[in-house]
Amino acid sequence: MARYLGGKLFNIIISLLVLATATFFLMKAVPGDPFTQEKAIPPEIKANIMAHYGLDKPLGTQYLVYMKNLFQLDLGESMKSQNRSVTTIIKESFATSAKVGAIAIIVSVIVGIYLGMMAALRHKKLIDNAAMFIAVIGISIPNFVIGALLQYFLGVKFPIFTVQGLEGPLDYVLPTIALSTLPIAFIARLTRSTMLEVLTSDYIRTAKAKGLSPHAILWQHGLRNGILPVVTYLGPMTANIITGSVVVERIFGLPGLGGHFVESISNRDYTLIMGITIFYAVILMAARFITDIVYIFVDPRIKVSGGVVKK
Amino acid sequence: MKKKLLVLVSLMLVLTGVLSACGKSGSGADQEFRMNLTTEPPSLDVSQAQDQVSFTVLTGLFEGLTRLDATGKVVPGVAEKWEVSDDSKKYTFHLRSDAKWSNGDPVTAQDFEYSWKRTLDPNLNPPAPYAYQLYYIKNGAKYNTKDGVTDAAQLGVKAIDEKTLEVELENPTPYFLNLTAFFTLYPIHKSAQTNANWAAEAKDYISNGPFKMSAWKHGDSLELVPNENYWAKDEIKLSKVKFSMVADANTELSMYQTGKLDWTGKPTGDIPVEQLDKFRKENNKELQIKGVASTYYYNFNNEKKPFNNVKVRKALSMAINRTDIVEKVTKAGQVPAYGFVSTGIFGVAGEYRSEVKDDYFKEDVAEAKKLLAEGLQEEGMTEMPEFTLSFNEGLHKTVAEAIANMWKENLGVNVKLEVQEWKVFLKNRQSLNYDIARAGWGADYNDPMTFIDMFTTGGGNNDIGFKNTEYDALVKEAYATNDQKARVDAMAKAEKILIGDNQAIMPIYYYTSAQLIKPYVKNYSVDFSGNLDYSRITIEK
Amino acid sequence: MSTQLKDVVTSEQAANSPFAKLPQRHTESEIITAESRSTFQESWAKLRKNKYAMSGLYVLIAIIVLAIVCPMISPYNSYTNDLDNTYLAPNSDHWFGTDNLGRDLFVRTWLGVRISLIVGFTAALIDLMIGVVYGGIMGFSGKRLGGVMNKFAEILYAIPYLLVVILLGVVMGNGLTTIIIALSITGWITMSWIVRGQILQLKNQEYVLAAQSMGASGSRILFRHLIPNTLGPIIVTVTLSVPSAIFAEAFLSFLGLGVQTPAASLGTLISEAVSVFTLYPWVMLIPASLLSITMLAFNIFGDALQDAFDPKMKK
Repeated sequence: MARYLGGKLFNIIISLLVLATATFFLMKAVPGDPFTQEKAIPPEIKANIMAHYGLDKPLGTQYLVYMKNLFQLDLGESMKSQNRSVTTIIKESFATSAKVGAIAIIVSVIVGIYLGMMAALRHKKLIDNAAMFIAVIGISIPNFVIGALLQYFLGVKFPIFTVQGLEGPLDYVLPTIALSTLPIAFIARLTRSTMLEVLTSDYIRTAKAKGLSPHAILWQHGLRNGILPVVTYLGPMTANIITGSVVVERIFGLPGLGGHFVESISNRDYTLIMGITIFYAVILMAARFITDIVYIFVDPRIKVSGGVVKK
Repeated sequence: MKKKLLVLVSLMLVLTGVLSACGKSGSGADQEFRMNLTTEPPSLDVSQAQDQVSFTVLTGLFEGLTRLDATGKVVPGVAEKWEVSDDSKKYTFHLRSDAKWSNGDPVTAQDFEYSWKRTLDPNLNPPAPYAYQLYYIKNGAKYNTKDGVTDAAQLGVKAIDEKTLEVELENPTPYFLNLTAFFTLYPIHKSAQTNANWAAEAKDYISNGPFKMSAWKHGDSLELVPNENYWAKDEIKLSKVKFSMVADANTELSMYQTGKLDWTGKPTGDIPVEQLDKFRKENNKELQIKGVASTYYYNFNNEKKPFNNVKVRKALSMAINRTDIVEKVTKAGQVPAYGFVSTGIFGVAGEYRSEVKDDYFKEDVAEAKKLLAEGLQEEGMTEMPEFTLSFNEGLHKTVAEAIANMWKENLGVNVKLEVQEWKVFLKNRQSLNYDIARAGWGADYNDPMTFIDMFTTGGGNNDIGFKNTEYDALVKEAYATNDQKARVDAMAKAEKILIGDNQAIMPIYYYTSAQLIKPYVKNYSVDFSGNLDYSRITIEK
Repeated sequence: MSTQLKDVVTSEQAANSPFAKLPQRHTESEIITAESRSTFQESWAKLRKNKYAMSGLYVLIAIIVLAIVCPMISPYNSYTNDLDNTYLAPNSDHWFGTDNLGRDLFVRTWLGVRISLIVGFTAALIDLMIGVVYGGIMGFSGKRLGGVMNKFAEILYAIPYLLVVILLGVVMGNGLTTIIIALSITGWITMSWIVRGQILQLKNQEYVLAAQSMGASGSRILFRHLIPNTLGPIIVTVTLSVPSAIFAEAFLSFLGLGVQTPAASLGTLISEAVSVFTLYPWVMLIPASLLSITMLAFNIFGDALQDAFDPKMKK
């Protein structure tokens, strides 16, 4: 087991190195630098500033310097927000994103699976059609529209919730809905689709023949067999949602990581771009790793490529 | 099954409660003023700040040698009086004895000397991007760009004693006392010598203005409370200033409408254009629209065929309808522009734009068609090739669509519209990689020179490829004299060359700043360039 | 959280074990191998008899036809401004009203549908092809190749997409091809992971092992046995790909990569209408409903496809 985990960790580190390298050169290839601005900084001052950040050195040197610092887990200082370390920015904004994101994920999984199951059990009945109608609306209306509508109707027109910020528990409601609509819709559809397959499979029919109720069969046996696509989807989705959605953060004015990420790119805040990318990748790879582990628990026959868990 | 669901839902609700911080902060304080900054201030270090957001926060935190009152007039700040030498190149400021920092230390002439020298230091960590705002000071530019002056003692700023500051300038600068109210010229407390990160968190922050910083939640909010050591603390009625950092204009408006903000719109926020139009049509009393010293225009690439031809440039400029654009597209009371220097800038006795009319050309479609044909012929072309108009996202897109349509209908030319990512756009514009590009310029200080010196040959912001020796000579002439009449005359001549003779750029409109202000907010002042001084606000509910 | 899940799973494992060993899919897979052509015809016939499914298809066809025809028969074009008649409500001249520059929204919307459908369906098709093949190989191949492919997908997924897109716009300029490439760079990854997960689950089942022992080649097993059995999740994922591509395109147009103004896509029409929703709701409601109707029709048809073609769903 230890060897297995060690191997996994080694793979992840190698992947992170490749990712950091690719992102670094990609970032440098994009036109503009942190100090490109509308009122141009006089060239002499700009040269001074570039030299201060080491941006006057050859690309290769810059890369080696960055990687050396990275190995010492030093992500550097933001080039846009003065005197703020990348680590602090990530730490502070991730706290916000993760709080909202965690709630949204829990809601998505519960509501999504429940809707999907209900639809499958009442296949081609009213509840199926209604659930799928809701799901399709959820898929085809993007979160920036849903967020704006929620904000207007439930924040301004009928001021039940606050339009911005996260002060009280109720303030989480609107961002959560905006964040979870799409995952709910997708999970519901995935669940329904796989459940329909399971329902028609032989062993369920056998179970039915034994007199078990369809509800019991589906929740106890079917779910486990059909949950796999949902688990797969949950991996990257979790990584995406807990690291913050720029759209939802923007609409509800939340100081999360998603906003920082997009801003760091439009500012060409090199150190922050690298920092957030690596942070996100760690979370993504961890989530994918957990997904693979969950596969094995869901279906012990699965052998995940890259190694088998030795018990 | 239903029971299980119920349990789960209640579990979630509990979780929501646990995860979120408890207790809403009540807005009990009556004298609280709330506005939106849109983003986190990139830096609140006086040497590093260079943008509207940082500036708005610094306005409340600091006070310079002078201040501008509600009418834009220079009034004493930290300096209670000053003398100017006969050649206007030497200023002696006498600081008031009761000026104090928020920690109780006296504000001294050394604090100003330290601040200015620090900003000009080419080896500052990191070097100050806005250092050129101090190039008026003798040897400022040479020291900052390491051009022969390496000793800071040679700079034209010197503390004679604790309360006397002597400043020597490179050129006579009639607007220097305006500049001393500007944020780059604020003092810095000497704690910065030992703490380079003095401006990073609220707890280390020391300021000398009406307010001090009480809280800074990065990316979220920033709070100021009155500075009990401020010499004019009796003038300050507010008990708290709260800045939020919400990027979305629709959200900002919703916050205002639900009572979470007292001020929305410029200078640091924005009101969505159609909403603004609705408030104007309703004649909403909370809406204030005021001219600001900024001009919206299009860059012609003066080096690229056929835009190198003055007739082609004139034709394009004369073929659009500016009144339609401001009234039916941008809809915020902007003023059609036929010159470059915006409204709201001082001239000789009054406003420059009233003294020097911008009647350099008239819109005339028939004339435009004729000029276009002639211009193309001069360039050996038979018809106008399809060209690209580039801009960044936002209202710029709507303006560009309208102008392209006017060109198509009036001149029959085809325009390709191209939105570009902000920094890609800037890079392209600065390296003259465009045909026609959207541009805008706001005044740094209250003098036509802030516009005019932009297009000198090789100037750092000359991104149109304009080269004109006569123009350069006029700018030099205006720099050299202290006679305001002669300066304005020279600058007016230069402007005529730029617009009237060459149409090197295509002026479109002079900006306005629009804001919604709750009726109980009194005694604010918005200066010529739209900056808000909130320090003397009273809340009269 | 994870321990909880584990408990649930292990307790279920015990209960489920009698079923898990049943050779459920053996017979079905034989049908495919032996009579795949007639199975296809059979499925097609079944699909055509499903009125519900066909109604979805007819709506889709109707929308496509309208998107082609409407802009051609309208007396208006998509770009001419009429600054005195902005934000008109739908009326007999302008059936969908007018926009901020007084342009006819009927024409703009249908042209937008045209562009968005091309972008959405092309991107989804590319996602489908790359995703299924890549995911299939990733799941089916041994641990070394599968592991490397998995890590490659993860790295690609984690590279800041915005940077890629900005650079792509600078290098390639804008145009439909650029958008579709931009959308396809990472669009297929979700699909490939879904397919991989399914293949991992299926590949150790008895019928696969049986086929292997009978000497069937790897690629035959993968494409003839395994992938048809993952049809359900594949179809669901494709139905998600279409709208997400449509909105990604709208987002890219802000960066100068998408459809360039004055042309508009359904995505840009909707995203630009959000800020005026409270004043002129129809500007958003019309394109948003059109998109929803299209997606609903597409989903209904997709579900029916799964009913008809999924070997696991045969009764």
